[in-house]
Amino acid sequence: MADTTQAATDGAPRRDFLMLVTGAFAAVGVGAIAWPFIASLQPAKDTLALASTDVDLAPIAEGQAVTVMWRGKPVFVRNRTAKEIEEARAVPANSLPDPASDQSRVQKDQWLVLIGICTHLGCVPTGQKATDARGEFGGWFCPCHGSHYDTSGRIRKGPAPRNLDVPQYAFTSDTKIKIG
Amino acid sequence: MLRTSFKALALAIGLFAAAPAHAAGEAIAIPDTKFSFDGVFGTYDRASAQRGFQVYKEVCAACHSLRLLSYRNLRELGLTEAQVEAIAAGYQIVDGPNDEGQMFERAGRPADRFRKPFANDAAARAANNGALPPDLSVMAKARAGGADYLYALLIGYVDPPAGVTVMDGMHYNKYFPGYQIAMGAPLNPDQVDYADGTKATVEQMARDVSTFLQWAAEPELEQRRALGVKIIIFLTILAGLTYAVKRKVWADVEH
Amino acid sequence: MSIGLHNSEFKNPVVRWIDQRMPVFTMMQKEYGTFPTPKNFNYFWNFGALAMVTLLIMIATGIFLSMNYAAHTSLAFDSVERIMRDVNFGWLIRYIHMNGASMFFIVVYIHIFRGMYYGSYKAPRELLWMLGVVIFLLMMATAFMGYVLPWGQMSFWGATVITNLFSAFPVVGNFIVELLWGGFSVDNPTLNRFFSLHYLLPFVIFGVVFLHVAALHITGSNNPLGIEPKGPQDTLPFHPYYTAKDSVGLVVYFIVFAVLVFFAPNYLGHPDNYIPANPLVTPPHIVPEWYFLPYYAILRAVPDKLGGVLLMFGSILVWFVLPWLDRSPVRSMRFRPLARPFFLLWTVCFLVLLWVGAKPAEGHYVLIARIATAYYFAYFLVILPLLGRLERPLPLPESISRPVLGGGPLPAGAAAKPMEKA
Repeated sequence: MADTTQAATDGAPRRDFLMLVTGAFAAVGVGAIAWPFIASLQPAKDTLALASTDVDLAPIAEGQAVTVMWRGKPVFVRNRTAKEIEEARAVPANSLPDPASDQSRVQKDQWLVLIGICTHLGCVPTGQKATDARGEFGGWFCPCHGSHYDTSGRIRKGPAPRNLDVPQYAFTSDTKIKIG
Repeated sequence: MLRTSFKALALAIGLFAAAPAHAAGEAIAIPDTKFSFDGVFGTYDRASAQRGFQVYKEVCAACHSLRLLSYRNLRELGLTEAQVEAIAAGYQIVDGPNDEGQMFERAGRPADRFRKPFANDAAARAANNGALPPDLSVMAKARAGGADYLYALLIGYVDPPAGVTVMDGMHYNKYFPGYQIAMGAPLNPDQVDYADGTKATVEQMARDVSTFLQWAAEPELEQRRALGVKIIIFLTILAGLTYAVKRKVWADVEH
Repeated sequence: MSIGLHNSEFKNPVVRWIDQRMPVFTMMQKEYGTFPTPKNFNYFWNFGALAMVTLLIMIATGIFLSMNYAAHTSLAFDSVERIMRDVNFGWLIRYIHMNGASMFFIVVYIHIFRGMYYGSYKAPRELLWMLGVVIFLLMMATAFMGYVLPWGQMSFWGATVITNLFSAFPVVGNFIVELLWGGFSVDNPTLNRFFSLHYLLPFVIFGVVFLHVAALHITGSNNPLGIEPKGPQDTLPFHPYYTAKDSVGLVVYFIVFAVLVFFAPNYLGHPDNYIPANPLVTPPHIVPEWYFLPYYAILRAVPDKLGGVLLMFGSILVWFVLPWLDRSPVRSMRFRPLARPFFLLWTVCFLVLLWVGAKPAEGHYVLIARIATAYYFAYFLVILPLLGRLERPLPLPESISRPVLGGGPLPAGAAAKPMEKA
């Protein structure tokens, strides 16, 4: 650079400081430009508005189950019979492949809310209708690779590593839940 | 130096003369109305916009859709979540098909788009003598003059001047291009009972609904201007810094 | 040095390893680091770099817009409004893209006018100039198709009017038009192919820009005096002198851009494009975007449809042959006292055409458009060729810098040119 040979003794540090400040300002600017582009990739406001789904439980009879869509995924809502609850509670939690007590997976005993996606490779297990295959434990059965889930949605047999996930939900009244 | 500035000036003049020349020909002069959102630092008067929403809801929504907005957008006007849920629930929204294959109606939710008054354009025309009431979502951007024009239109219903015949089904409006508009004067004094007690004159309702429609068309306006101020201040400082660096770098060169 | 490796001068081990196998760092150092650039550039020489930056901004914003845009007639308008309202910072990305198109044309017009004034199109830079005209034509095609995408009234009707022009060509006219449309009118097939091509062409532009800069780096840049550098005393390394100077221009450019985007984002647009496209309702005044107005004025100035089309395309194609129309041995109009006012008049004429292009083709506007069109072509086809022969230019300075001290070998590529008077 031609100017280094002519740098005044006190001009040089002042110039370097100036370059530093300018460079820092420019770097801040470049970083700031990147943010809106990254933010635009995050879920848009209309997607976030659909992040919660309300489900009316009143029409679901005992022993029946419904499937609702939530964030693009199927959610199983089952109104469990006393027998199903008992079967779920009869099993010692630590003998399970993914140990979990039934009580820890429900807010009200009879209402089981699960994300209906097999934790193995993502198929939707059968078992919502009474005529469906429910596997050996009365819950759900995944036809893709043979995972069996029980009446608490826990994995009992087969390649799935985890129990069916329980989404975040809350009772907004005795007969309504809000998922998400 | 003079040469170059002449060229630059000529270009600038040319550019700015050309741009607003779009509304060429017989453009009707629109009076300039003072709105809270005018100017570089203007913002939306939330109270006026809320009143404007009430006017839209009770008067305009009978014929004009607002299909690009959702009820949840009303939060930006200062309405609470509960108020928005109540407003949405007041409308029956078509949903479905259900498990029997039927479309059904259900109470509206905040995430729903504003309900359309007519199922489709043909139904809208049939109910309005063949005229189609346009959607109002971006109307403030779709007309030269923007909110000033909307306000002028709403207060512009006057008796036609002597010698002018108004066609069947049309109405004279002194600011509408061609002066004859299919929509009858939509606003009458005290037509709306304002929740905040403001007197609902035609001018007041026109001003409020124009504010509301301007917000509906440009909800990002305040954020856009605030960000613009910050960015231009930042760039001005950076311009000074880069110019100083340039001077330093070029200090030892004859130029 | 091993066989097959480039002899790299860099010391940093990682940089050196890459550079030995693909000498990108050496190339960058040569083309943008030490590249000898005339020392007397004014700020008009900044505009090429500004155009490059704008192209990159358009590509970046365009890619992010297309993540949310739906290219179907029933969805397009609403998808753009969804970007404006629901996508985080969608309004910002959209307004940058929309106003970036205008900024791109402003910057390129100034860049072109610089070239015309300082004779940058003359030998040996003819190919550089012609590549530039190709870039401009590609820009026009890209902008035209991009404007159709929001599917507003102006999108639809502008597309209808301009595609219909091709029916003016005898015999093949209707075949071409139906080929462009993919149907019998502007409709969904048209929108889809315009979206595809609008995404493609900017990358073609990028390729031609690469060729444009490559051609520039063979001949070296012109300068305000229009005389070739005679030695290192006339040039400066591009870095840091012109990186520093271009940064100033870039920041000022961003300020102008920001004022538009944040405070007047729809000023250069047309309100009718916020009305969804309706094939049954024609807007009272169909106007293209401002950067097309001069050519629109020329099109309408000619009473014959085919004549109008030919003259409209001709108004840009004539730029290709400018190096051969203007035979003056003097490059810069600083030293051409007769040509200069004619050129300034041509610039005013261009702005007049821009202004009249937005007016209805009635009354006295028709006469103004015809006079301006006549002068536009007369400048290229009559005035410049004549002036090349008849004009007595001012004496050129000896060199760019002060008179050369001592001799010294001329830098490579700066051989004595017949351009310069002694």
